Parts: sequence; C-alpha cells; structure tokens
Amino acid sequence: MSLEVQETETKKEAAAETRNVTGSEAILEIFLKEGVEVLFGYPGGAIMPLYDVLYHYNDPLRHILVRHEQCSVHAAQGYATVSGKTGVVLATSGPGATNLVTGLADAMIDSTPIVCLTGQVFAPLLGTDAFQETDIINITSPITKWSYQITDAEEIPAVLSKAFYIARSGRPGPVLIDITKNAQVQKFDFAYEKCDHIRSYRPKPVVRKEYVEEAAKLINSAQKPLVVFGQGVILGNAEEEFKKFIEKGDLPAAWTVLGLSALHSDHPLNVGMLGMHGNYAPNVLTNECDVLIAVGMRFDDRVTGRLDKYAKQAKVIHLDIDPAEIDKNVKADVPVWGDCKETLPMLTQLIEERKHSEWLQQFEELAKQEDEICIRKELYPETEILSMGEVIRIMNDITGGDAVIVTDVGQHQMVACRYAKFTKSKSNVTSGGLGTMGFGLPAAIGAKLGAPEREVIAVVGDGGIQMTIQELGTIMQNQIGVKILVLNNHYLGMVRQWQELFMERRYSFTDIESPDFVKLADSYNIPGARVETRDNLKAELEKMLNHKGSYLLEVKVGRENNVFPMVPQGCSVSEIRLS
Amino acid sequence: MKQEYTITVYTEDRVGMVGRLANIFSRRKINIEYLNTAPSEVQGIHRFTIVIVETHEAVQKLVRQIEKQVDVLKAYFHTEEEIIWQEMGMYKVPSESITEKVKVERLLHEYGARAIAIRKDYIVFEATGHKEEIDRLVKFFEPYGLIEFVRGARVAIIKKSSGFHEKVKEFERKQPAENFEINTIPVDQSVFSL
Repeated sequence: MSLEVQETETKKEAAAETRNVTGSEAILEIFLKEGVEVLFGYPGGAIMPLYDVLYHYNDPLRHILVRHEQCSVHAAQGYATVSGKTGVVLATSGPGATNLVTGLADAMIDSTPIVCLTGQVFAPLLGTDAFQETDIINITSPITKWSYQITDAEEIPAVLSKAFYIARSGRPGPVLIDITKNAQVQKFDFAYEKCDHIRSYRPKPVVRKEYVEEAAKLINSAQKPLVVFGQGVILGNAEEEFKKFIEKGDLPAAWTVLGLSALHSDHPLNVGMLGMHGNYAPNVLTNECDVLIAVGMRFDDRVTGRLDKYAKQAKVIHLDIDPAEIDKNVKADVPVWGDCKETLPMLTQLIEERKHSEWLQQFEELAKQEDEICIRKELYPETEILSMGEVIRIMNDITGGDAVIVTDVGQHQMVACRYAKFTKSKSNVTSGGLGTMGFGLPAAIGAKLGAPEREVIAVVGDGGIQMTIQELGTIMQNQIGVKILVLNNHYLGMVRQWQELFMERRYSFTDIESPDFVKLADSYNIPGARVETRDNLKAELEKMLNHKGSYLLEVKVGRENNVFPMVPQGCSVSEIRLS
Repeated sequence: MKQEYTITVYTEDRVGMVGRLANIFSRRKINIEYLNTAPSEVQGIHRFTIVIVETHEAVQKLVRQIEKQVDVLKAYFHTEEEIIWQEMGMYKVPSESITEKVKVERLLHEYGARAIAIRKDYIVFEATGHKEEIDRLVKFFEPYGLIEFVRGARVAIIKKSSGFHEKVKEFERKQPAENFEINTIPVDQSVFSL
C-alpha cells in the first residue's frame, strides 16, 4: 500500500516558457503577471537587489516611495479598498520589516488583501543576529493570513503565486513573504503559473442549501426583521445582490463602519449606522427585532455593545464566508456560511415579497428623535462654533456623495462615517477594527492611486495626521491629488470626550498642539488654507475641491464638541444616549 | 464546564507550524497541557495532538481558528470518551536499590513496565498508559531514588475515524464533492461525517 499523496500545487509541470533570470527579475515578472500596477515601498540593504531590477521596471510598475514603511501598508490598503485589487508592499529587513507591523495588523483585522515582500539577510546569516536581521515571520505570524520565508530563488514562483491567491481569495488578508538576499540575486529557470488551488485551504465553504432554506423560512415568518451588514458585501462584490435581497423582503438594513458605502446613503431601506456612535434607530431596534440577519459582518464589540444584552429576543441568521466568525461572538440560530455573492441570490429567490411598513415606521420615528436631539445640532449648529458635522454636510453638498472619503481615527471618523453621503460602493476607506491613528493620510494616497479619476478626500484630525504627517512628502514627490481636510479641535478629541463623560473631565494628556498645518503643507508645495469662521467655510471647501492636485484645508472646529449618540462602554445597544 | 479535550490537527509539513498553532492558544491565554507533533501516516502531512482543559464552546471556537490557518488541512476535537489514548513514561532508577529491594518481575508485571536499558549503575524502565498509571509508577519509584523521569505527550486514536488517506484525496480536488465540507462545524461532533 502506498501512503504517498503528492502535493499537486508544488509539483506542477513547468509551463512551456522558461527563462534563466535572477530571483529579483522573477519577482517583478510575477508582479506583472498578477496585474500589479503600483508598489508602495522603501528600499534598504536587504531588498536592494530587487530595487536594482526595479530601476528597469519603473514604467510598467509604478513605485511610490513612502516616508515610513507603516504608511506603505496603509497606502496599499487604501489602494486595495477602492480598487478591489491586491495592494503590494516592499520593505527591507529589520526595522523596515518591523515598521510594517501596525499596517499588517490593520489589514488583518479589516480583511484587506495585501502582499508584503520584505528583504532578509543572506540565508547563511539567519539566526546569527546579523545586521538588520529580525525574525519578521514570527513577529507577524498572528497578524498575517499567511507568511513564508524564501531562501532559494527556485521557490519564488510557487510561493508568490500562492501569496497572491491567498491574499485576495476567500476572506482577504495580508500575506508576508520574507526573501533572503541570496535568493534575490540567485539565477534560476523561471516559469510561472497562477495558483488557483491549495489543498489545505478552501477560500470559501460549501453552501449548505438546507440552511439557506431554513434562513428563508425564518425571514418569511419575521414581523420585525433587521439586516446588519458589513464589509463582506463589498469584498464579495455583492452590492447588487444585497440590494435585491433587502428590497424584495422590505428589510431595513443597517451598516457597520466597514460596510459603509455598500448601500446608497439615500436608499429608503438604509436605516443607518450600527454601534457605539451609530444611529439611534438601528441600535435601539436591534433589541426589538425578531429576526436579525447579519451579512458579512463579525459582531465587533463596538457594534454589539454589551453582548449578553444584544438582540437576545431575536433569532439570528449569520451569513459569512469565514466559518470561524459563526458563533464567535453572537450565537447564530441559522449559520449560512459561504460567499454572500452566492448565498444572497439563493435567499432572495426563496423569500417572499413583503412589506414591513409599520416596522419601518418605527425606524423613522426614532430617526426623527435623533434628528431633533442631536443631528440637527451637529449639522446646523446654532452657535458660532464650527462643528465637524457641518463641514461634512457642506462637503456632501459639493461632491454629491461621489467622492472617496478616507478617514483617520477618532471623533472626525465617527462624524464622517455618520454624515458623509455615498452613492458608490468602495468609497469609504477607514481603519475599523484596529483603530489606527495615522491611517488616513497614507491610505488616501493609496486610494487616489487606486481610483485616479475620483475625488479622494482624507478627513483627518489634528492628532492622527501628526502620526504620519511625513507622508506629505510622498504626496509632493509623486504629485498625488488628494484633498486633505484637517478637522482641528486642538485635542485628541475622542479620548477627551471619554475623559469628559466618564473621568470627570480629567483631560489627561489629550491637549495637543499642532504646527501651522497650512505653512507646513506649503513647505511641501501643497497649497492650503485655514477656516475659522462659518462665513467662508463653503467657499474654502469649494476652492479645495475645485483645485487640481493636492490641497490641505484646516478647519478649526469646536474644541469640546462630543459625538452623539453614544453607547457607553459596558451598556447595551438599546441604552444608547442621545446627549 | 471545563474538561479535557484532545485536539487533532492535520497540517502541511511546514516550518513554523508549531508557532502558528501555539499563537492561537497563547493569545487567548489558554495553556497547552500536552503537545505532540509528528509525521502522520500520509507523507508530507503532520499530525498534531494537543490537549487542553476548556469548555466545549471555547474549544469549538479554537478549532475553527485552527482550521482557518492556510496550512491546516483539518482539525478535530474530542472528549476522552471519544478517543483511545496513551501516554508514555520513562524512568531512570539506580540499579542497586531497585534490584536489591524490589521484585523487578512483579514490578514489570503489575505496572506493565518494561526495562529498556540495563546498566551497571542505572536501569531505564518504560511504561505506557493513562496519566494516572504513569503517575503511579513515578510514586512507586520515588522511594528508590528515581533519578530522572520523562513523560511523552499524549497520542490518541479517534474511535470514529476512518483514516486520512481518502480525506487528503478529497482535499486535492479543486471542486469539493457535494457533500464535502471543510472549515465547517461538526454537526454531531462525529468525525469525518461533515
């Protein structure tokens, strides 16, 4: 009896065409075959052979030199999110590689397809504490979907084809390939075949029809159904399928921060944002619905609030491509695992055409309350102090909801997500799961490169922008036409808000000074302006958006404004506070 | 209720697998009681046997996280009743005291131990069994000056398993069969019935 089972993926017959090339040339050829157009990176000792070859490839492959490796990942994330393609990052060993960590963690938790290539010391030096040697594979193991260290150029084609396949298939995520310097210069016979199967990896689980039927039955019996959706709809390119589904069932749909833009902001069934700073109605009614239908979302604690008081009355249907998400936080009565691009049409076919007018009326009533108590105040403030909300409102008026909005993390992020209008999918770029301050500016650079024809606006705070402000240099050098809208309240606003509400106003180290952003931008050849009063706010916003090329507009907003509604930590979603 | 679970994982034979799997436990602050990793009966595939004490819910979530790893083919978890398991102990004891004071034949017979090395100054015994049996022999040898003891990690055969060869062939197919599912939840926990 033979126990041998060949591992097919690594033993594929070489394709007809083989060429004798160096590892570095092979890598760049593979990039071209995988459709890569832009690289974000930073050179250094251990990746120099690759950069040397890149010198001759700079025409088909555009390399963007960032100012810090962390930003290369964020830029790749912005690129991937708006384009739906895989972002590619190059960095050197040691500090170059460790600087990627925050970006990788962000891409992991937000399921962004990224392939990172890091240089590594010569293979014989591994483990000797060589100059700029660091064990990046192990450092990044929990924050990569997959990683591999190449020490021999012969491995390059098989490993890189797997890397691209893994990064973008199934639930996407970051992949890190560490490649020793000797493998970059080693010559070998190169042939390439794209990977479409790995025996130990199923990108999506097989759809179980009986569960789809069970789910449809539940939806058909529901009096008060509520759909909560996340980025899965966008990653699955299932926006149309999703729309048909909710329209047929007349199902109110609320989104997570990463699900934003999958459904038109003005769609009548769009009932708003979930979670800590989400809208009043979907939060309160989560605890009143009878069937909760979760689509491509993972019940993050910022969405659910206190778990033991989350939708306890409801039957839960959970559609997700990642089986590990089922039952992770919220127990699903009916798990519909699979790609929602497939499962949503199956469900739509089985559900009855329904009207839930009375139930939808409840959303409207609560929305009206929210509007009276908090939204109107935020969008049309009665004091002279400028609010973040009114800036976003005017921005909407000018863009008509067509722009890509990239946000950083904090109060401005919540305000932008709450109030920015979206007419197209893949238009919202933000750091949702990790909450990475400093994400906005570099991600906007990538977003602009991923969608050059679109207006890209980075909405950032005065704290976050200072974490990655060096990327103004990247914008300058590569002439990237992003619009930078700094909402400056002279505080680390979200932390200050918590200090005000829960720590008796002890503003412990949240008062932050900033440079003159306009002058600073000017030194990078980026034109800009500052707005301190309402009378020229609209004109300045228009000026920024009419400007060709990059532009920075700083708006001085109210120092101690708070973001409401808010579900205080440890509270149930239905205990959401309007003020 | 927490109890002992034996997790069986089939993985590709790759550098760094132990670390990737260990991370899944350590980030949740779960201690691994036993860890055995060795080549399986199928070439190129390693079999891990991991024992932890956890609740059913926790171990189910863990196993899904394990299966999510790209290089993991399949992961299962079982209670003690669902497996046949053994541990092994090796005991190094001074020859003098043991031959003078103990009826070695009785020892070998009663405890199912085997002498696997006999030297002038020490004897190495080996025994396999459940944890209690291995421990009992430690207690027995202690008064006679037990020099060294080592316990081998648990290995377990799954009662309902029908082996992994056929499973691997299914994995190698690009299109899984209609009734073939991986990464899914064992409905009744029975093995290979997914």
